[in-house]
Amino acid sequence: MTGNATVFPKDPTWEGEGSSRIPFWAYTRDDLYQQELERFFYSGHWCYVGLEAEIPNPGDFRRTVIGERSVIMVRDTNGAINVVENVCAHRGMRFCRERHGNRKDFFCPYHQWNYSLEGDLQGVPFRRGVKQEGKINGGMPPEFKLEEHGLTKLKVATRGGVVFASFDHDVEPLEEFLGPTILQYFDRVFNGRKLKVLGYRRQRIPGNWKLMQENIKDPYHPGLLHTWFSTFGLWRADNKSQLRMDEHFRHAAMISTRGQGGKNDEVVSGVDSFKDQMKVNDPRLLDIVPEPWWNGPTAVMTTVFPSVILQQQVNSVSTRHIQPNGHGSFDFVWTHFGFDDDSEEMTQRRLIQANLFGPAGFVSADDGEVIEWSQEGFEQKPAHRTVVEMGGYDIGDSEHMVTETLIRGMYAYWRKVMGQ
Amino acid sequence: MNMTIDFQTYFELLNLYSDYAMAVDSADWEKWPDFFVEDGTYRLQPRENFEQGLPLCLLALESRAMIKDRVYGVKETMYHDPYYQRHIVGTPRVISVEGGRDADTIHSEANYVVVRTKYDGESTVFNSGYYRDVIVRTPEGLKLQSRLCIYDTEMIPNSIIYPI
Ligand code: FES
Ligand SMILES: [Fe+2]
Repeated sequence: MTGNATVFPKDPTWEGEGSSRIPFWAYTRDDLYQQELERFFYSGHWCYVGLEAEIPNPGDFRRTVIGERSVIMVRDTNGAINVVENVCAHRGMRFCRERHGNRKDFFCPYHQWNYSLEGDLQGVPFRRGVKQEGKINGGMPPEFKLEEHGLTKLKVATRGGVVFASFDHDVEPLEEFLGPTILQYFDRVFNGRKLKVLGYRRQRIPGNWKLMQENIKDPYHPGLLHTWFSTFGLWRADNKSQLRMDEHFRHAAMISTRGQGGKNDEVVSGVDSFKDQMKVNDPRLLDIVPEPWWNGPTAVMTTVFPSVILQQQVNSVSTRHIQPNGHGSFDFVWTHFGFDDDSEEMTQRRLIQANLFGPAGFVSADDGEVIEWSQEGFEQKPAHRTVVEMGGYDIGDSEHMVTETLIRGMYAYWRKVMGQ
Repeated sequence: MNMTIDFQTYFELLNLYSDYAMAVDSADWEKWPDFFVEDGTYRLQPRENFEQGLPLCLLALESRAMIKDRVYGVKETMYHDPYYQRHIVGTPRVISVEGGRDADTIHSEANYVVVRTKYDGESTVFNSGYYRDVIVRTPEGLKLQSRLCIYDTEMIPNSIIYPI
């Protein structure tokens, strides 16, 4: 492509059949972004909403989001989990303003319509009118039926303590949506143990939401961008590793097992970031204790398309929720957790290793930064395209990290669903 | 426990707060660990976690050695957009004092606002919160035994690299 080609194409088309060259306009167009919300976040897919451990008791609720739609995850009096949209059936207000709490029912302050924890409309003030001087004034029309004016209810699926929801009641079962391969990595973390929420971290990243999915489908970058990883021997290009996908190539798992350290000229020569023989001053930062449920791998990063990333990096585990707001920005919400049977020591270890991750983390802050800079490049010349050709052009599972195959897989799926 | 310290001690306390702010705004990150005693801790925590009794911090640096590790990360390993930062720190409020009028240990708090300025951008409020500190007297003067920064700005504008 020459430097003086059209910068803002009128009717851009994706050249060729493959998915190894992603047009910049796939990240910059508002019309495509809205279609993505419709086709990925609002239909055909399960989206992450939270953890059961966040709402342990009847009446507990937490406000969260699917795509750009505010929803409430709530445990009802029977102990079941419901997800309802946070938009009043009367005149559309986003009525729930608290982020979490405990309630017997929901009500909208504007005209005090009142909803059960299942989202059913229970009462409308002055429904039968107001009596004044022997006359009844106003009121709803006689044919008004409460049953027809509940909150929008989502389909809910829980597995291993994780709550997913979908606006699409015809969506396939969660297990089929994940597919057998990814399900296995999902169950590895969420095997039925009770989870213990350790806390939250939030960041607003000025980049297209897909860039975060890509980032965790990109095993090419960690040993390079995250100098901290390579400096202290946590990630190397020759780590034993596997890349796995579901049959649609939308979800993926990056599985790796930390090597024994030591210098290997082939993987570090030419890697500007490598510094030999560095040690942290406080060894607790890297006090890694293998846990039986790992079954070998020291890190498994799972991308569940489109809404969440499941992190197990040594002793640090978290969910990372993607909440897009516009084509060029998304909120990224981290929920760190441990397990009910963790010793106090293990909880401390997870909390200290959490320094590596999140919006200030040694090996995560830089991901947010490069996503921002990527978006800047895309906005500058939407007619251009990326080159995602490490490891070739095709899409498939892999036994090594030196490939961008997972990103090609995601865009093959994206092209199919988006018709681009 | 009392709440009175002599003016000399209060003056030292004010100096600690203003010297800290100058140091972390100066880009001379090496000075930062020296404000802490050896087993001193630095924690930067979103207000929501603090108020819900959830232990997770954005950063939980559990010793001066770990604070030094952070300095190394900031200087050597973390790729980031360079920025200037400017701390505006309120007058510290002494909560309680142990020891005599020259104080062995002071529990104090102060509001802060950090303004960030990127090279090509405007100056914006980057992080706003308050410090909850435990300060101890050492032969080298007052030092932080612990500094907990509880921030209201829970939605972080992309990333926090430099010390708050
Ligand atoms: S808008 Fe909610 S009750 Fe009127
Ligand atoms: Fe990364």
